[in-house]
Amino acid sequence: MAELLNNEGASGLIPEETVERTERRWLFAMATVLGLMLAVVVFTGVTQMMNPLSDVETINPATLHLQGEFVESNLGTAVETDGSITLRFLAEQYTFVPQCAVVPAGTLIRFRLTSPDVTHGFFVGTTNTNAMVVPGYVTNVMARFEHPGTYTMPCDEFCGFGHHAMAASVVVVPKEQFTKLRPEERTTTCGAR
Amino acid sequence: MERGRLLSLAHLWAAFLCFLPATGLGLWQLLMRSPLPVPVDDPNAYYASLTAHGSIMAYVFPTLFIMGFGYAIAVSALGRPLRGENWAWAGFVLCVVGSLMALAPIAGGRSSILYTFYPPMVGNVWYYLGVAVVIIGSYFWVALMLINFAAWKRENPGKPVPLAMFAITTCALLWGWTALGATSEVVFQILPVSLGWRHTIDAGLARTLFSMTLHAIVYFWLIPAYVAFYTLMPQAAGGRLYSDTMGRIAFVLFLVFSIPVGMHHLFMDPEHGSGFKFVHSLLTFIVALPTLLTVFTITATLEIAGRARGGKGLLGWIRALPWNEPMVLSVALALLLLAPGGFGGLINMSYAMNAMIHNTSWVTAHFHLIFGGVVVIMYMAIGYELWPRLTGRPLITKRAACVQLWLWFWGMLIMTVPWHIAGLMGQPRRYAIFDYTDPGVAKMAWLDILSVVGGVILVCSAALFFYVLARSSLASAAESISPIRYALAVNPPARVHPLLNGFMFWNVLLLALVLITYGYPVGQFFFLHNQDAPEHSLTREMKR
Repeated sequence: MAELLNNEGASGLIPEETVERTERRWLFAMATVLGLMLAVVVFTGVTQMMNPLSDVETINPATLHLQGEFVESNLGTAVETDGSITLRFLAEQYTFVPQCAVVPAGTLIRFRLTSPDVTHGFFVGTTNTNAMVVPGYVTNVMARFEHPGTYTMPCDEFCGFGHHAMAASVVVVPKEQFTKLRPEERTTTCGAR
Repeated sequence: MERGRLLSLAHLWAAFLCFLPATGLGLWQLLMRSPLPVPVDDPNAYYASLTAHGSIMAYVFPTLFIMGFGYAIAVSALGRPLRGENWAWAGFVLCVVGSLMALAPIAGGRSSILYTFYPPMVGNVWYYLGVAVVIIGSYFWVALMLINFAAWKRENPGKPVPLAMFAITTCALLWGWTALGATSEVVFQILPVSLGWRHTIDAGLARTLFSMTLHAIVYFWLIPAYVAFYTLMPQAAGGRLYSDTMGRIAFVLFLVFSIPVGMHHLFMDPEHGSGFKFVHSLLTFIVALPTLLTVFTITATLEIAGRARGGKGLLGWIRALPWNEPMVLSVALALLLLAPGGFGGLINMSYAMNAMIHNTSWVTAHFHLIFGGVVVIMYMAIGYELWPRLTGRPLITKRAACVQLWLWFWGMLIMTVPWHIAGLMGQPRRYAIFDYTDPGVAKMAWLDILSVVGGVILVCSAALFFYVLARSSLASAAESISPIRYALAVNPPARVHPLLNGFMFWNVLLLALVLITYGYPVGQFFFLHNQDAPEHSLTREMKR
């Protein structure tokens, strides 16, 4: 009975050297697989600009609505003096301000968001524009949308009892159409679409 | 010995007693998110329920289970009564009291902050105090495991510590280290605010400290499952472990590499630069290694058992395995769930792909596969394995146990595969309700209904699990029940390398890695300005 319980039949079934050799080979094979995956991450990061959020910028959550770049009049789509596009949102319980913004297709867009209250998050439709919005910090991400259309932008981090109702829209229009819009139309005409 | 058995049994009963209702909460949450009619259609209750489901499943259930399993191993693998049993009972009482303290405000809807805290949102102070008390109780266990480990080594100089004890002690150490992150967040940041002593909080620092616990806690849950893979399954299958050394290497790798990787949860956060995010991503690739090593060793172990039982040919050994043994069946099912779960994990830790699925249902699906699938199915099998030894009564039917494990396996797949797909389609996680009149959302309706089907199967399986254990506890006592026997290796080691028989070196290495990987990311917050956010009390919002 004792032999059975110790499974003597299996004892020494495989020589120690074989165990060691196979385990070592497997270790190298798996390390290679992981190494290749890591190489892909690094390669795409370098060549396709797919990198994690990088700049650490702080902002006082208690005063950001009074002064600085996140005052209400400065929110939404802005064409900077160098022609680049910046899209600013305030993420607050339980809405994004503005509720909607128009951006041109095929153009690099800088998203800048912050929160005056709790932690929020956002992603844009089924694209990989996806980031956290943490009070006290400015979220700064670059994105480019190739296909015109209306993208839902939900809050994707729990922010309180109204979390599921918090969403905005990003409307992507062809470049030539965007240049014809007056500044206020970049946010106010969204509802009509 | 009698008291020692009672100690483990008390822990396991308490763990399973809170597990069962928590699965029910999970099913109700699935219904809330689906287009199906639901009793108590209240979004506020959804967030309270999610807080309870998460707090129980992430903190209370696994911690109590692992503590009970750890004591059972210390007694049976070391072959002597537990040192410090009274302290163990004290730790148990703390965990139970802490859990009740935390659950009371959740039940009252005053702490619906989810189990991840995320200040500056602040809930009722008793929730945090309760969590802290549970952690203190678990530290009693950590200390006792280390004391019993060290005492055995002193009495048996030069001998290899039994693999089961070695492994569960890495688990205790890992928890001792990793809990420090969330504990500092609660003690130094949240409690002062929820007690009214301070009114602002650095959310970035809080998220960083929490990340130190958030990832490694998964390995704290996972190691006991791997203990069963390496030391219980080979015996139940009628074979021997392929390699004892590889087991020790895997457990040590878990200990060292599961903590300095936590910032891969913060890829999308604005409070850290990409440099340290990359370092943590790199180390996350390394922590995948022990799991990949385990898959090989365990599959080889199964093959040895199959061949020892007369299985022939390339795959004939699979049929020769005793599939009516819950421990063997559960390991195979766990490995099958580990494949898609681990694959999803590789995607999550690769930055560019993570951006696709961050905070979508994909993530919920991933950790339900790994924790709810791999880990919980092994906890169930361990429960079946331990029950006769702890109660002195035979398991009423292994057949019912196997049916239960199959149900859990299919339930988990049917629930999580649709979540993965919905996540890719852009369904956010942690939403109480969806507007199915929106055409974009309506496309996901069938996926959400399918998840509910999976949830129903899971709840049935959990109830059957509970029934088998309860019914077995009431059976008449058996004449004799064989004690737990831990697997021997095919080539049992006469001695092992000192590095694989103790933890001093690994503790130092871990400390160094934590200082390197978290030193700057945590330290930077003390040099930033302006970022403190005013507290946002949930109870005040409710009054408003």
